[in-house]
Amino acid sequence: MSENILEVRDLVKHYPVTQGVVFKKTVGQVKAVDGVSFGLRAGETLGVVGESGCGKSTLARVLMNLEKPTEGSVVYKGQDISTLSGGALRRLRRQIQLVMQDPYTSLNPRMTVGDLLGEPFEIHPEVAPKGSRRAKVRELLDLVGLNPEHINRYPHQFSGGQRQRIGIARALALEQLQGEFGLSYVFIAHDLSVVRHLSDRVAVMYLGKIVEIGTEDEIYERPTHPYTQALLSAVPVPDPTQRNNKTIIRLTGDVPSPISPPSGCRFRTRCWKAQDVCAEQVPLLEIRQGSDHPSACHFAEKREIVATHEV
Amino acid sequence: MSDILVSEQSASGPGGSGRPSGRLLEVDDLRVEFRTRDGVAKVINGVTYHVDAGETLAVLGESGSGKSVTAQTIMGILDTPPGFVTGGQVRFHGKDMLRMSDEERRRIRGEGIAMIFQDALSALNPVFTVGFQIAEQFRVRRGMGRAEAKKRAIDMLDQVKIPNAKGRFNNYPHQFSGGMRQRAMIAMSLALDPEVLIADEPTTALDVTVQAQIMDLLAELQRERQMGMILITHDLGVVADVADRIAVMYAGRIVEEADVYDLYAKPAHPYTMGLIESIPRLDEKGQQLRTIKGLPPNLMNIPPGCPFNPRCPMAQPVCRETIPPLLQVGNARASACHFAEELVNRV
Repeated sequence: MSENILEVRDLVKHYPVTQGVVFKKTVGQVKAVDGVSFGLRAGETLGVVGESGCGKSTLARVLMNLEKPTEGSVVYKGQDISTLSGGALRRLRRQIQLVMQDPYTSLNPRMTVGDLLGEPFEIHPEVAPKGSRRAKVRELLDLVGLNPEHINRYPHQFSGGQRQRIGIARALALEQLQGEFGLSYVFIAHDLSVVRHLSDRVAVMYLGKIVEIGTEDEIYERPTHPYTQALLSAVPVPDPTQRNNKTIIRLTGDVPSPISPPSGCRFRTRCWKAQDVCAEQVPLLEIRQGSDHPSACHFAEKREIVATHEV
Repeated sequence: MSDILVSEQSASGPGGSGRPSGRLLEVDDLRVEFRTRDGVAKVINGVTYHVDAGETLAVLGESGSGKSVTAQTIMGILDTPPGFVTGGQVRFHGKDMLRMSDEERRRIRGEGIAMIFQDALSALNPVFTVGFQIAEQFRVRRGMGRAEAKKRAIDMLDQVKIPNAKGRFNNYPHQFSGGMRQRAMIAMSLALDPEVLIADEPTTALDVTVQAQIMDLLAELQRERQMGMILITHDLGVVADVADRIAVMYAGRIVEEADVYDLYAKPAHPYTMGLIESIPRLDEKGQQLRTIKGLPPNLMNIPPGCPFNPRCPMAQPVCRETIPPLLQVGNARASACHFAEELVNRV
């Protein structure tokens, strides 16, 4: 892995909450992304996980310059992306690929599966010349267990699971490219098991902030933030013999509103470790005692949640 | 709860065996078809399962396998047309519900058997408060007065652990978060203390930490009340945590039924095996994922022989000719595969 190709610094994206029809006034801000920093290395896949409303999709939109950040910057090869346009912007979007997990909103309903899967090759014509593209797409469909005959079908003609496979096929199309061109991926997902399979590094988000970031092993085998630990412990393991020897952490309540997040640590209202300091001081995302990778918890502590074994 | 009723009362004569067996709820050789403009889709092709008090039966299958239609038939909320029951029985305490009068069935709904759905927002009525919708049952079915019904409804909201139940009584469904709505729906379905609860993908639309909360709640309530529970899902992870027995459905048939431990340890049907091998696991590193090739069959044109044969890696000529019946293999498990014995006896 080489140096960072993308540098995200103190990124903030707020959306105004307005009241009134004719005379609109702003009554608050949805703090969708609220101070996020990380680096993306050339050729790596960064998984971003978190539950609905944590800001992962907004983060993705800002990274691709589909939205302007409220504050902070995204620097691509030394250049702030909000200043890019035209060809330079297209080059950025080609170099950094975004994969969304949701199979319902990430596939264009007006495109056939053939078009959807062929698109990456359209952008990188060097990989598959025009003539061989259909064959390449059929190969991908077969690879993920879909019928190559269905190349002309539209997304709505597939079930949820099959759509997910189309998304995976698209990621695979890109994987071949990743090797050849050193592409970087940002993989946005809520399924922690899938992220583990595809990512080199993982960032865990909660209410607009990254609470923990590290390599796949660091996050899955040595999580130190209570939220990461709770998230991992909530994933059902498809093995009934594990019923009684699993660490179970159950969070109570719901995620607070991003319009008025809790003071200090945003997770403190649901955290079993919370002390006074958590309400007063925002914990920084940094390497702490008891953690070998950045964790935004005043009381970061290693804890094994998932008994991982090699297969 | 809505008052949609099914007019179809077991159209084509006796299908099931009709013997009373002391079981709580039994589905016996049920057959359902959907008559559409494009043709007749055979959605349920002889499904048999049962659930007893205090037990959780998981019904597992892909979309279109018929798991939800079976549940709708049990509840009497199958849309007719296009759906028609063409055979079999659904017995509650030994009595065939498909032959009951509308009035008898209505009495069972809610008090005998209740159901919760995947999408709580569309299952709850948006123009009435959550509290009103729960209290309504006590007023209509138990003849309680307004004040007493309200007290009982708040008590139900408390039981499903909705914080500040009293204050929440007058909230509308849209004022609840996804997890809270699911809790409200559970409160509503359990209000009349049913003996059987059917949960149709109860956590599919929820985030994982909330899913864990809801599954814990359901398991706890089931234990307390000794309900029979039918959990309909496609998620092998959730099933592993809570089920006692599992029935796997494919193309409108049960292809395997087994104790939860047996099923995961040694599936006796290639379809079950495919399902288990295709889940990405959080606790495995470097796992090779496999997929089941191909698609489930078109229910208007189910292939001859075993409906799974076009996708089955083990298929032999016999599989294309003869439909394998669901037969016992070993003790207390059954499989509808010609090669079930070999699968179970492999090392």
